[in-house]
Formats: sequence, structure tokens, C-alpha cells
Amino acid sequence: MPNLRDLSSVACIVGVDESDEMGTLPHKSQLSLHVEAVTNAVRDAGLKMSDVDGIFTAGQHSPATIGEALGITPRYVDGTTVGGCSFIIMVGHAVAALHHGLCDVAVISHGESGRSQVGVSPRRDTAIPGQYEAPYGFGPAPTMFGLITTRHMHQYGTTLEQWAQVAVSTRKWAALNPKALRREPITVDDVLKARPVVWPFTVLNICLVTDAGGAVVLTRADRARDLAKKPVYVRGLGEGTEHVSLTQMKDLTFSEATRISGDKAFRMAGVGPSDFQHIMLYDAFTSGPPIMLESLGIAKRGEGVRFFEEGRSTPGGSLPINTNGGGLSYTHTGMYGIFPIIEAARQLRGECGARQVPNLRTSLVNGMGGMLSAAGTLVLSNER
Amino acid sequence: MEIDRPLPNPMTPEAKPYWDGLREQKLMLPRCNACGHVFWYPRVACPKCHARDIGWVQSKGRGTLHSFEIGHQSFNKAFKVPVPYVLAMVELAEGPRMLSNLINVEPDPKKLKCDIPVEVVFQKLTDEVTLPLFQPAGR
Repeated sequence: MPNLRDLSSVACIVGVDESDEMGTLPHKSQLSLHVEAVTNAVRDAGLKMSDVDGIFTAGQHSPATIGEALGITPRYVDGTTVGGCSFIIMVGHAVAALHHGLCDVAVISHGESGRSQVGVSPRRDTAIPGQYEAPYGFGPAPTMFGLITTRHMHQYGTTLEQWAQVAVSTRKWAALNPKALRREPITVDDVLKARPVVWPFTVLNICLVTDAGGAVVLTRADRARDLAKKPVYVRGLGEGTEHVSLTQMKDLTFSEATRISGDKAFRMAGVGPSDFQHIMLYDAFTSGPPIMLESLGIAKRGEGVRFFEEGRSTPGGSLPINTNGGGLSYTHTGMYGIFPIIEAARQLRGECGARQVPNLRTSLVNGMGGMLSAAGTLVLSNER
Repeated sequence: MEIDRPLPNPMTPEAKPYWDGLREQKLMLPRCNACGHVFWYPRVACPKCHARDIGWVQSKGRGTLHSFEIGHQSFNKAFKVPVPYVLAMVELAEGPRMLSNLINVEPDPKKLKCDIPVEVVFQKLTDEVTLPLFQPAGR
């Protein structure tokens, strides 16, 4: 019988990096963002591009396009696209492929011109959003995630002030990250009084929209030990999807996809929800991370936001969350999922300077696709 | 009247009884003939028992406001309803949830509450298209 535990720690993250620049980059194509990130991450690993034989990417490009742009001919490709968490899910797919020898060096690549829209072309079936959502004014993510947020406030009494604490905590981390786009301090009042977009969200409850690339390189653990940087073991991984249209989500305040992905990852790693010293969550909206903590079983239902308002999540707190400054303050291209993996790996290697989490052994990465529709979870560790 | 919102596009074949019903001011919902499950959105197999035998039932047009948002800007250049407006998820008495707008209310979060009773209001946009909007029940 196959055993999930057999995949634990068989492969490592050995290289991570972003594109040369991040922010507003109308002078860069999306392919350039990919190629910059991949070349930087492969260099970080101490590998050569010719070592790469597995390509994983989601969104605007097929893995074939990325292979071509890089000038390599992969023997394993994966283009699973289930939203922004696709890259997190692909770490799992890469581990399985590496374990079975389908490839030896896997690269997960992301490049998106979310802000400048260089070459961006949406290609998806519009039958459901075009027919049942757009006529009422629904469209981009804030018009959907607000419904989740309002319902959570109704059921649990969560307040706008509490959601704002998520933005404030995350901005404190951004202040410590030279690569973060927005680093000036903010207060709860700043968040509440910012430009209203769609209630319950002001603009400071919503992620940035940027242009950037990011890449992650993985190989099997035996080879990882001889490379340039300290290996980061993938101890647990999980994925799941529940719905796409919000009308199909069973409980607006709880992500079944997140629960499924977390359960699988924790079981594989042999850890429980309280075994992490560092957490990276996909913060497209301030209400996302608290609901993810609840769906993962790390917080009780309705209480995820306490991690933020009580200061546990902030610099110096007992459970640092979103230490890169998150999608809210560091960068958010549209499909943010590559960036929390990069930050977790850097934290586990001890490379994070002023924002370094001390004595870190085990980090949790969890991300969503769509409106808590899909999810990927990783348990990462600097110990096998 | 000028059309102030995007027309549904595409209108898919499996949803024809829904759009046909709306033209006659009837809110029709797909219902599985095998297990009786009433569901949203229209599709060719039951999402509960997976049978391929789908019929239609007329909704009473009543339900509750499951969740809502107040739009302070338009997110689609064809959507010209004046701001602020109420984006709504309605839970129909028959079970399924739909997205729509709540109208004939003050778009103020202090005056709205999840789970208040709502009822359908039909808004004709063209000879082809009538949309189901909702208002607080018993107005």
C-alpha cells in the first residue's frame, strides 16, 4: 500500500529567488520575469541551467514556453493552474516526480505582469462568471472575497478593526524587508479610513498589484546536501479544491480545500497544527489569513484574527506570520503563491537579517487559489 | 431604458429554461429528477447524485440575504449602476445560493444584516434578458 509518509523529506528546496526587479515594470515582458527568476534561483542553488529537466508553471504560460525561453528541453512538465496557490501545489507535484525519477532537478517558475499587463491575455471559459455574476457587478476578487468576509463578521462577530490588524501586522514585517514595496508604518485607523473599494474592504485590506517573477528549485535530498545552500526539506505536502463559484462553497467562513490540504500535509510530516514557529499564508485580503488559520485547525473557528490583534504574528511575537510583508505590503502579482515558498526557504536557511525568525526549524506554507477555492499546504524544515 | 449593466454572456444551452422563465417573471431552478435535489447553477448532471436526468422547478422567489458587500466603484465598464450599490448572495428557500443585487434598500452596512428575508424582483433589460434582483421581503 502506498504510504504518504514515504514522500516526506525525499526532496528539498535548494534554490529560490525573485526576478531582478519587482514593482511597476512596464519595460519587462512576463517571459523576462520568468527567465530572470529562474536564472537567479538556479544560481542560488549552485546548479547550471542545463541541470534543469523538470519545468512547472501556472497561469499565462505553458511549461513548454518556459522551457523554450530558458533554452532547455525538459523531460517532465506540469502546468496545473488552480489559482495563485498552484505553485505551492507544484512543490508537491515536483516532490513526487523527483521521488520517482521522472526528473532530477525541478524548477517552479512564476512571472506575471499583474500591474503593467504586458502581454496579459485572459483565456478561460466565461460561461459561469459572464452569465451569473457579471450582470450584478461581480468581477475581480474583492467583489467575491468580501462576501466571505461579511459572513464571517455575521457569524463570529469579527470586526473591521480586527481585519485591519492583519494589515498592520504584515506592514511591520514589510518594514524589515528591503524588497517590500510598501514599508511605511500604518495604523488600524489608516486601514479603516483608506479609500473604500467594496465594503467591508478599503484599499488597505486588499493586496498590492505588482509585476514580478519568482522561482523555486528542487532536487532529491541526497543531491541537495552537496549544493550551495542549506537544504530545505519538504516534510509534508497537500492540495485540495472545493469550488470555484462562491455559490458552490458549502460554508463561506471555512475553506474545505484548505482543511483537506492541511490535514494531508500535517499527516505526511507527522506534525500537528501547533508545531510551527513560522507561518506563511496567502494574504490577498486581510480576512484571508485568519480564515486559513481556522480552516487549518491552528485557530478555533472565529478566533484566527486573535493571532494578529494580540501581536503573536508580529516581529518579536510568538508565531511570526507573513514575514516578507505578504501580498498586502511586499508584492502581489496576481498569482502570489511562489513568494511565500521563497520566504519560508530563506527563513529556514537563516538568511533574513532584521526579520529573521530565531531558532526556526519548521515552517508552514499555505495558500489559496481563487476564493479559498483551491489550496496547497507545505510543511518545510531545515531538518530531515 | 438604457441598459445599465453587462448582459449575461454567453447564455448557455443548459440554462435556456432559466432564461426563458425569467422572461415570464418566473425564477426557474434546475432540479434532479432522480434524487429531487434543487441546485444552482444549471448543468447537465446532478451535482449531488450525478444523475443525468434534470428537470426544472419554479422557485417561490423567497430566501435570505446570506452575505453582502457595498460596491463603492464599478468593476466593469458596462456596469453603470450608481455607487454605492449592494452586491448580494441570496440563499433561496429551495436551498441553492445565487449572486444578485439587493435593491430598494439604503446601501449602508449599518442598516443591512445577513439572513434578513428577501424576495425576488424581476428587472427586464432587453426582450431576451430579464434578471432576478432581490429586495427586503414584504415591502
